[in-house]
Amino acid sequence: MKKLTKLLTTAAIATGLFAGAASAEDMRIAVVAKALGIGFFEAAAKGAEEAAAELGDVEIIYTGPTDTTAEGQIEVINSLIAQKVDAIAVSSNDTDALVPTLKKAMQRGITVISWDSGVAEEGRQMHLNPSSNPLIGNMIIKLAADELPEGGQVAILSATTTSTNQNIWIEEMNKVMGNYPGVEVVATVYGDDLADKSYREATGLMQSYPDLDAIIAPTSVGIVAAAQAVVDAGKVGEVNVTGLGLPSEMAGAIESGASKSFAIWNPIDLGYSATMIAYHLAKGDAVAEPGASIPMGRMGEVTLDETNSGAMADPFVYDASNIADFKDIF
Amino acid sequence: MTQLKSREAILVGAILLLLALVASRFPGFVTPSNLLAVFTDTAPLIILALGQMVVILTRSIDLSVAANLALTGMVCALINVSFPGVPVPVLVALALGLGALMGAINGFLVWKLTIPPIVVTLGTMTIFRGIIFLLTDGSWVNSHQMSAAFKAFPRETIFGLPILGWIAVIVTLILGLVMSRTTLGRAFFAVGGNPHAAVYTGINVGRTQFLSFVISGMLAGLTGYLWVARYAVAFVDIAGGFELDVVAACVIGGVSIAGGIATVGGAVLGALFLGIIKNALPVIDVSPFWQLAISGAAIIIAVTFNSRAGRSKGRVILKSAEHAQ
Repeated sequence: MKKLTKLLTTAAIATGLFAGAASAEDMRIAVVAKALGIGFFEAAAKGAEEAAAELGDVEIIYTGPTDTTAEGQIEVINSLIAQKVDAIAVSSNDTDALVPTLKKAMQRGITVISWDSGVAEEGRQMHLNPSSNPLIGNMIIKLAADELPEGGQVAILSATTTSTNQNIWIEEMNKVMGNYPGVEVVATVYGDDLADKSYREATGLMQSYPDLDAIIAPTSVGIVAAAQAVVDAGKVGEVNVTGLGLPSEMAGAIESGASKSFAIWNPIDLGYSATMIAYHLAKGDAVAEPGASIPMGRMGEVTLDETNSGAMADPFVYDASNIADFKDIF
Repeated sequence: MTQLKSREAILVGAILLLLALVASRFPGFVTPSNLLAVFTDTAPLIILALGQMVVILTRSIDLSVAANLALTGMVCALINVSFPGVPVPVLVALALGLGALMGAINGFLVWKLTIPPIVVTLGTMTIFRGIIFLLTDGSWVNSHQMSAAFKAFPRETIFGLPILGWIAVIVTLILGLVMSRTTLGRAFFAVGGNPHAAVYTGINVGRTQFLSFVISGMLAGLTGYLWVARYAVAFVDIAGGFELDVVAACVIGGVSIAGGIATVGGAVLGALFLGIIKNALPVIDVSPFWQLAISGAAIIIAVTFNSRAGRSKGRVILKSAEHAQ
């Protein structure tokens, strides 16, 4: 009797294993966020699921650390390597720190790409920028300048002093300042992506520069906090808050008039495109090399430059006319 | 008692000096309206520092205050989104209750299982933040989803000071009374000063620590609602790392990390000192790269002054024996 039970158990386990093997034929693509719990990445995960549904034979594993650290991501990626996923698409917290782990993944035959926030060249096969840095840098100053035909004073409220993304965009913005005569950047301050510090910095800007016309915050926490600070200071209409933010988080600021317009690439499209690229690379029907074009489904294709990185699309501008359509999406 | 007062006097002097320094670079900072704004901005820190003071006084520490704040704030925000009709006083009562409950969990673990407070609250800190993830799947509650009354409450001004500031004033007064005029308040001092002696006077040390955590939790819960309403946004990471500011405010205010020494005035002044630095740095045109170093240095300098002021007094209980030496 005991033997029979054992046999049955073994059979059951074996069936289980076979079942596991069968579903493993699906390509498993891991989408790794900077941290869980950030609206932007949750939206990107939605896009990844959309791509998976379109492709059919793809299973998305959306994961990430609980706070935005490279250490946390390394742990997550190590466990993905142990699970033998087919591809990893990561938005990294540190350009260099992830390289050894990602190299290990590539040695095991896993396709590795970075998206949104990049990894150094040797740590990935290609990198997908949400937009190109020059386009973003130009967009954030253009949004402010469009409301200031006569020129005026603008200030920048960034994330941390070491945020790679924000620093590059600000640098690109400074390059095109010549195209916006009369618009003067009077200060750059850092809110560390904390609501209370960003709020305080924005309040400080309005005190230090009583004639300030606009605050440009190329970070989602900062732009929301700055808008709230402008409302509380009673300066709606005098100081326009613009920059990069998510429609769901900025709907209140557009409604109150603290922000006239802001931009963001569509994170759903970004997650979708990253998944499409990872799929084609893992499948082997596209190769990541300088000059190559990789299809991204409904988003067209991306062309890689000499560093194997490419840009998805222009940032998209949101204002009172279209915010209602997007605020419930992401 | 005179010694404690002199410590506060030093702190008041340091704050005045700080204000003078800031005013020399940005005169607008010391206008009455701006000082009121700074006080209001510092109100959450004052409320939390007062709760933390009670905990540290009993030789414990509560690292979960910021996480408690974030969780209570999120719960209030979620209730407001689902049931916009719930009046604000009910939400405030709920925030107090929920915060006290989380404090009670900390206190219970410290009291009944005698786990070191730093371990307990490190654990619950992560658990509370984790629960926010579970509640929201990581999504934000945004300004446009909150009702107008929910956001307006802390901003409502009475006699020129927003309610947020008044609440800090009221909490300070209540705690001042509790610490100096009630058995419980004196028990906190006794337990921190000498737990063994406290036992012989009939004080239940564990229970007293438990109550200190309940007070700290309750105040953190209250601040949770105020914070979310003020910044009009709730997400997992709000007030991340704020527990360290709270502990720093206490230490600057002369609260002894070893327990037994603290004053309500000291904790409030310590919080104000930090609050003024935080509000002044953005306007005095200091490179952001220096700001962190400056606030850190200010903390160490303040604490050095405090510990020197405290040390010279010592804990001499027999004056005659000291003179005999």
